[in-house]
Amino acid sequence: MSVAPLPLDLADEPGSSTTPSPVRKIGEQVLNAVTEVGDLTIFCGLTMSWLFSRRPKWSVLVPSFYAIGVQSVPVVAITGTFIGMVLAVQAYSQFEMMGLATRLGSVINISLVKELGPVLAATMLAGRVGSSMAAELGTMRVTEQIDAISALGTNPINYLVVPRFLACVLLIPLLTLMADFMGVIGGAVVSTQLLKVDSFYYWYHSRQYVGSLDLLAGVFKSYFFGSAIALISCHRGFHSKAGAEGVGKAATEAFVYSFIAILVIDFIIGIFWNAVYYAIWPNATGLL
Amino acid sequence: MSPSTRQATHNGPIIELEGVSIGFRQQAVLRDITLRIERGQTVCIIGESGCGKTVMLKLMIGLLRPNSGIVRFDGSDLSTLNEAEMVKVRLRFGFLFQSAALFDSLTIFDNVAFGPREHNLYPREELDHVVADRLQEVGLPLGLESKKPAELSGGQRKRVGLARALALNPEVMLYDEPTTGLDPIMTDVINELILQTKRTKKATGVVVTHEMKTVIKVADRVVMLYPLARLRSDEPQMIFDGPPEALEDHEDKRIRQFVRGEAGERLREMSQERVDPAPARDSP
Repeated sequence: MSVAPLPLDLADEPGSSTTPSPVRKIGEQVLNAVTEVGDLTIFCGLTMSWLFSRRPKWSVLVPSFYAIGVQSVPVVAITGTFIGMVLAVQAYSQFEMMGLATRLGSVINISLVKELGPVLAATMLAGRVGSSMAAELGTMRVTEQIDAISALGTNPINYLVVPRFLACVLLIPLLTLMADFMGVIGGAVVSTQLLKVDSFYYWYHSRQYVGSLDLLAGVFKSYFFGSAIALISCHRGFHSKAGAEGVGKAATEAFVYSFIAILVIDFIIGIFWNAVYYAIWPNATGLL
Repeated sequence: MSPSTRQATHNGPIIELEGVSIGFRQQAVLRDITLRIERGQTVCIIGESGCGKTVMLKLMIGLLRPNSGIVRFDGSDLSTLNEAEMVKVRLRFGFLFQSAALFDSLTIFDNVAFGPREHNLYPREELDHVVADRLQEVGLPLGLESKKPAELSGGQRKRVGLARALALNPEVMLYDEPTTGLDPIMTDVINELILQTKRTKKATGVVVTHEMKTVIKVADRVVMLYPLARLRSDEPQMIFDGPPEALEDHEDKRIRQFVRGEAGERLREMSQERVDPAPARDSP
């Protein structure tokens, strides 16, 4: 991938050596932000074009799938379990006061499969996988390994980004399902064993309120979370600045930007999914 | 495409830079560089740190695009080539990076086999022999193939980098500071390998270096660049282009200083530059 540097005439701009005014600083920051968004858009476009034009080799795909999928299993399992357990502990006293303790299962499980499972699993993965990808690619950038890939006639986006993108998009939904499952188990164990909620009614209300469409809603958004984590993290890594500080900054930015993207996507998909509910059940109550 | 079947498509210079300028954000690095490199020639590019030597190498192989000017390889303007054509051009190059740029996650075997494997240049059984031959050519002992780059010394890493570049059987070898950070013996080993590549592969070579020993040993021609920050806008950036013998006792003080490594005089100039930021102008 060749890189087009900024035009030289910027360097000859009069007064470029003087201290910039606050207005100019703000202008520069806005310009930088717009440039970054544009650059990320081009990066996404290139990734998509390589994704459909040439299938990555198994020898490249398998390590990515292992690192992103298999190695994330423990952290996602622990996260999911504790979300369910904490939800049970936090919600129990309120429901108990209202005499609705047996409805705890429906609240815990709907929260888990629709919202907390996908979002918290994606957040954990943005921290574990996203930062790691950005740091790895950032190190490759500053040690000229990405240039070496290009010099050997291979496209670095095809070789480095596409396998990671595929691993995130295909495996993060599976990891989300696992987080959901572990959360459901964790919530049920705490509710029925520690808090002594009747297990028959716990599961009975769960079945009443949690449908397959709710599960689908959570998994559906996790595809978008996976795409966002992969693209943002790889982009940050590819544009890492030199030195340990540059790589560290790329890893931090990968997590922060991925997390913001997860929240924004969650909000947009929430609105979209509500519209779908209304379309299917016009008389149902919704958020909007 | 088998490496052995590649043919030159053009009788002129293999690499040609015509009025090339490039800069990064606020800093201009190369200005109006014109350079023609003939087939089979070994050109050393010398100059102080930050004068744009590595940038020049990356322009030649299309890793960077110039802001203005034309870069041609074998008669083709690189800016007009599409992705597939660019890949074909790059397969005719070998690039030894300053830090060797070996892929950390791959073994030595996989590093050397990377290029041929990605482009399916050899059948699997033949690839084993090609990798073994390349490692042997650069004097690396058997049994190193399964190690990771982190387990090697600096000199060994450089030689693996060279073996990886040679695995594509290149027509042009680009060396970015091949001897930096190596002890004198290993420096000489790398210089010998550059000479060996030139003799046996008949490859054109472009060597970016600070080492005058390397220049004397391998260069047919030397090009010296000067940092733009210390030049007037009307002064050429390429302050020397000629045979290595002409470097010694050159009339230009800047060239003499660099060749002889006159640190004291340069240090005095630098302290004066701090007081007076105007670019230094040397009289012969």
